[in-house]
Amino acid sequence: MSDNQVEKDAVSGVETTGHEWDGIKELNNPAPRWWLGVLLISIIWSIGYWVVYPAWPTLSGDGERGGTKGSFGWTQYSQLKESQAEIVARKAAYLDRFNAASFDQIKTDEELYAFAVAGGASAFKDNCATCHGTGGTGSAGYPNLLDDDWLWGGDVNTIHETIRAGVRANHDETRFSEMPAFGEMLSGQEISHISDYVLSFSSGAAYDGEGKDLFEMQCASCHGEDGKGIRDFGAPNLADAIWFYGGTKGDIMSQIRQPQHGVMPAWEARLSESTIRQLAIYVHSLGGGEE
Amino acid sequence: MSDSAAPIKFFEKKERVFPKRVWGKYRKLKWAVMIVTLAIYYLAPFLRWDRGPLAPDQAILIDMPARRAYFFFIEIWPQEVYYLTGILILAAVALFFVTSLFGRVWCGYACPQTVWTDLFVWVERIVQGDRAARMKLKKAPWSLGKLWKMALTHSLWLLIGLLTGGAWVFYFNDAPTLLDEILHLHIPTTTLGWILALTFSTYLMAGFAREQVCMYMCPYSRFQSAMFDKDTMIITYDEDRGEPRGKHKKGESWDGRGHCIDCTACVQVCPMGIDIRDGLQMECIACGLCVDACNNIMDKVDLPHGLIRYDTTHNQEERIAGREEKNINTHILRPRTFWYMAILSVVGAVMLYSLVNRAPLDLHVLHDRNPLFVTLSDGAVRNGYNVKILNKAYDDKYYRLKVEGLDGYTIRIQGAGDVTPDNLHVFADSVGHFRAFVTAPKQNTARKEIRFIIEEVGEQGAAEMQTDVYESHFASSNH
Repeated sequence: MSDNQVEKDAVSGVETTGHEWDGIKELNNPAPRWWLGVLLISIIWSIGYWVVYPAWPTLSGDGERGGTKGSFGWTQYSQLKESQAEIVARKAAYLDRFNAASFDQIKTDEELYAFAVAGGASAFKDNCATCHGTGGTGSAGYPNLLDDDWLWGGDVNTIHETIRAGVRANHDETRFSEMPAFGEMLSGQEISHISDYVLSFSSGAAYDGEGKDLFEMQCASCHGEDGKGIRDFGAPNLADAIWFYGGTKGDIMSQIRQPQHGVMPAWEARLSESTIRQLAIYVHSLGGGEE
Repeated sequence: MSDSAAPIKFFEKKERVFPKRVWGKYRKLKWAVMIVTLAIYYLAPFLRWDRGPLAPDQAILIDMPARRAYFFFIEIWPQEVYYLTGILILAAVALFFVTSLFGRVWCGYACPQTVWTDLFVWVERIVQGDRAARMKLKKAPWSLGKLWKMALTHSLWLLIGLLTGGAWVFYFNDAPTLLDEILHLHIPTTTLGWILALTFSTYLMAGFAREQVCMYMCPYSRFQSAMFDKDTMIITYDEDRGEPRGKHKKGESWDGRGHCIDCTACVQVCPMGIDIRDGLQMECIACGLCVDACNNIMDKVDLPHGLIRYDTTHNQEERIAGREEKNINTHILRPRTFWYMAILSVVGAVMLYSLVNRAPLDLHVLHDRNPLFVTLSDGAVRNGYNVKILNKAYDDKYYRLKVEGLDGYTIRIQGAGDVTPDNLHVFADSVGHFRAFVTAPKQNTARKEIRFIIEEVGEQGAAEMQTDVYESHFASSNH
């Protein structure tokens, strides 16, 4: 066989490529016609893409993104903007009605109520769930929003006000209260007595000790003589089954000695009035809402 | 192997089949079945069925946007799609049953691929002429006449395809309304997409792919042999009577030779392009056109019909063995057919029972997971539930929600307006969604099994009220 003659496979009559692996020779079959056709059509098709869509980067651009614009000026940015505008437009149909309606009116309007709960749920997960949990159950030091125990009040207007101005927040109308650190005024023995008395409110056990007098002198002005708390001061109810900072004697003594005070931001500057109203309705709907 | 041997071909080019026109018993049957099946396909969407003012009145309708399927008195919701499984099982077993008795008659007469191919071949014959003319036209060089005939054929094929795709979309929309829209060219994009997709698939499958669909695409032709036994009716060539075959001149004796005159009429009419005299083949769709063709020839040479016929292998064997045909038991009832009939009856009965007893009311309750429970000021425990009430009736209903297995409970429905557990309103043919809070004294187990009960509320003494129950649980702190 001379050098310029191409070897042909004896069985199929097809030229070989001259490559051989372990006695197997590779045949030089062309790619199938239909396959080649599809490839060529794809290449031609891609030219259409260059023309219609923004495709080629250019050195000079309009600052943000330079490149060919495409014949219809389509970009992913504009597509995103369009779909966002569509959502805003769809919401607008309800928002105008929602903003004009009072809480009482919304409570009786099935459509507006569902709109508020859905919008509030979404805003809650974005802004509130960090502290209050995705289910709204809170944790030690962060109030549970599902139960019927409210520090500042659980009707929808009060909830709205708490969200708007916050608690101990940087806001002129914020809710504010502070429990003194009794560790500096009372002895450990006295604090222990008070704790025993506080526990007797909820356990229902008869109490006959020094704690009663101490409580009435030191604590009743804010928590009430019956220990049921006063919402005007944000003073918690000590007579129920729910404890904010823990319900063991140790927890209670610690809170009397050196109280913790939580802070909730004021949302007025961060969220729109409409969103705050939706949040108020959503939180009210979680199960503990009061009339 | 010698050097001069031709190179092996790895792929054989498919020869196009040009079925010749034939007339006879089975051809008539095929036309009749075609007319009936096509009429059903094109006209069924226009049948009406009154379901009251709140539901569509189309007898057969798959309403995708509303998630409902209607078939005369049957209405199916998406979660009841298992009825579709039942229908498919019925269809499959019915197919096996018929196949075990009569061979592949579904393939030969009723399969859409066969029906539309037959229709397309008919168009081809009307425009281009019969088999010989079509073969000649294919070989002929391009001319104005050929171009015209080809263009007309393909245009008619596309038109049939368009009607086919057009009819398909009527099953998914209100047919008269959509027809009006289509005639005024206000066609929704999705609908247009489906019409075009079915137009081209019909054009492709019935115009070009034809018998190759049966041979290479359809799984059924591959496993049909599993349903065959020697008592199955198949297209047979009576080899004992036909061989040795050979040309025959008028007046020649039939002694010492077979009755097959090797005219190849059976081959020329075959839409699958096979020679049935080679015996039963995978390609054979049991359409019987070769039987018609051969019988016509037998008439001409004054011989009895039935050289090619529907027959069982069993019959053939008996005949060859010299036993009389009328004594042969064709074994219609045999274990195979018995089992197919048994499966058909059982599945059919189960379907019928479940359809007749389909409850017009369904309750679903989903217990909250975050949180599982909430402790209240007085120590009681509250659980939240998402309650869904499916009202499948065609009128609005009111329901009462109760709990069984929990002492001292109260239910509150959270929502707009004054909804109480005693007046849950659910619109006709829709799902009512309610948030329910169940409060009860603290339990001594973390999980207490309870049952939600839903009762229809209506006028006193009215006809029977629907009820439904749903098993759920009540969670509570266990310390």
